[in-house]
Amino acid sequence: MKILVAVKRVADPNVKVRALADGSGVDLANIKMTMNPFDEIAVEEAVRLKEVGRANEIVVVSIGPEKSAETLRTALAMGADRGLLVRTDAVVEPLAVAKILKAVAEAERPDIIITGKQAIDDDANQTGQMLSALLGWGQGTFASKLVVGDKAIEVTREVDGGLQTVGLPLPALVTADLRLNEPRYASLPNIMKAKKKPIDERTPADYGVAVEPRLTVVRVHEPATRKAGIKVGSVGELVERLRMEAGVLR
Amino acid sequence: MTILVLAEHQDTQLDDATAKAISAAGRIGGEVHVLVAGSGCQAAAEAAAGLAGVARVLLADGPSLSNRLAEPVAALIVSLAGGYDAVLAPSTTSGRNILPRVAALLDVMQISDVVAIDGPDLFQRPIYAGNVIQTVRSTDAKKVLSVRASSFPAASVAAAAVPVEAVAIPENPGRSSFVRSELSRSERPELAGARIVVSGGRALSSAENFETVLAPLADTLGAAIGASRAAVDAGYVSNDLQVGQTGKIIAPDLYIACGISGAIQHLAGMKDSRVIVAINKDPDAPIFQVADYGLVADLFEAVPEFHAAVAEGAKA
Ligand SMILES: Cc1cc2nc3c(=O)[nH]c(=O)nc-3n(C[C@H](O)[C@H](O)[C@H](O)COP(=O)(O)OP(=O)(O)OC[C@H]3O[C@@H](n4cnc5c(N)ncnc54)[C@H](O)[C@@H]3O)c2cc1C
Ligand SMILES: Nc1ncnc2c1ncn2[C@@H]1O[C@H](COP(=O)(O)O)[C@@H](O)[C@H]1O
Repeated sequence: MKILVAVKRVADPNVKVRALADGSGVDLANIKMTMNPFDEIAVEEAVRLKEVGRANEIVVVSIGPEKSAETLRTALAMGADRGLLVRTDAVVEPLAVAKILKAVAEAERPDIIITGKQAIDDDANQTGQMLSALLGWGQGTFASKLVVGDKAIEVTREVDGGLQTVGLPLPALVTADLRLNEPRYASLPNIMKAKKKPIDERTPADYGVAVEPRLTVVRVHEPATRKAGIKVGSVGELVERLRMEAGVLR
Repeated sequence: MTILVLAEHQDTQLDDATAKAISAAGRIGGEVHVLVAGSGCQAAAEAAAGLAGVARVLLADGPSLSNRLAEPVAALIVSLAGGYDAVLAPSTTSGRNILPRVAALLDVMQISDVVAIDGPDLFQRPIYAGNVIQTVRSTDAKKVLSVRASSFPAASVAAAAVPVEAVAIPENPGRSSFVRSELSRSERPELAGARIVVSGGRALSSAENFETVLAPLADTLGAAIGASRAAVDAGYVSNDLQVGQTGKIIAPDLYIACGISGAIQHLAGMKDSRVIVAINKDPDAPIFQVADYGLVADLFEAVPEFHAAVAEGAKA
């Protein structure tokens, strides 16, 4: 069984990203970049499936600038077998990412594709679903558990009311949520080994996909920040203020 | 301009998120139609027909649509999309599951999690966990958007209801099947629409403490319970109570954060609350930077005291 995992290079979730003063975009100069946290979970899941003998090959793909190769290396160090960089300096929207991934899937023919549930930069939460639709596959989004059989999988999904489990014939698409697993840190020997694993390079044009954006960013701004209020001295004062001042307690 | 709103509902009941999505659709301008898809969902359709601003309600009631699996619901919307300039859904887990599928099949970019509508093709949406707001203009002929319910008021009840019309259901693509659901049952108000939310973090340190320390306060206040990711990951409460960038995004009148540090990802889910209270023993916890009222205290003392004070007030 072959698994394809999509990994995106994004700003580290611990840094607070700011809007550029002229409102043209966000300031990413000198910001630490990392693999999208949900994609780490996606890679981890694939590696575990290989470790238990369910999968025999894991291909990781990233669409982005040259530096995205670093993100692929991280995935290779975690246990993926080979990487594919679809290189472009353009901002590629989820729809175009999905189209590129579709072309990659048609060439690679994986049994399962795992993406993250959302990229923490654009917070779009749509690429996996789009890819699944374009391929005509079933989708198991926001997965917190994956049970893989020979011809079908069962995906337990985190939904608003609790959990829902769906069954999908293979090939199928899964998007990873936070509680699917806890990703490992790559060990030093594995980081060394990963340097020798192959990373292929292509461009969106190789797949005949136009990456011109459908959405024009008109402005980027920071929302009005909340001002810190006051510190109260006691529970009594808190309750009194919530009643008399804020009017939120009866 | 004609806009189709995908209703969020539980078959016999229409969710508040639908009323909010309808008012968002109204801001685009044009005629608003609501699609209620499900199995045995006539009641939800009738509720939608009674909301102000709704011109037509389309009812797709059939077994293939029970549990609202993404593949058949997306196929249904695509079959209707020809008659619409925009398709919109609240960004609930169901909306987020279905709508991008529709967008891809229509070859449009979805505009996710819209928080403000500035014109028929101009939308504001948060990126980077809400640290930044992006205004985008869509060049797609058809718009597909998910809207953040907490950013829009609910449509009110109309003077007269519009008729409910049945629509044909296309063949089920059959790429998925429902296996089971484990829905958390609670007598408490729903997190998404609650007026007051009492939220607990890692500091609660057990499921039992959520019940014995936090729940009495929540119940006396008639509040919903929420949690940080750390509390959910540790299994203290179920996943559907997570507030934040990747959980629920809420804006209650009063949010009481107990033993929550206030990470960016948590703030993303609650910083639009009207009044924020933080109880934390660390005076430097980032949550105090957004709290209207901060109490530096051990929650295991402060929360029971808080409960006693409001219980006393409730009696008086
Ligand atoms: C991709 C991604 C997505 C995420 N999504 C979310 C999300 O949706 N929602 C979310 O919440 N988090 C999310 N997180 C996690 C987030 O970064 C934080 O790790 C998390 O919010 C921390 O939870 P916490 O505040 O409960 O725990 P901690 O950060 O450990 O804070 C516990 C707090 O309790 C205080 N405390 C301890 N004991 C007591 C006591 N006895 N009395 C009073 N105070 C006490 C401490 O001072 C501390 O401030 C996400 C992270 C990533 C990387
Ligand atoms: N440029 C990209 N390269 C590789 N994978 C991507 C890219 N953009 C999005 N993805 C995948 O799609 C998921 C959801 O992204 P999004 O729809 O942008 O929130 C991510 O977690 C990735 O797995």
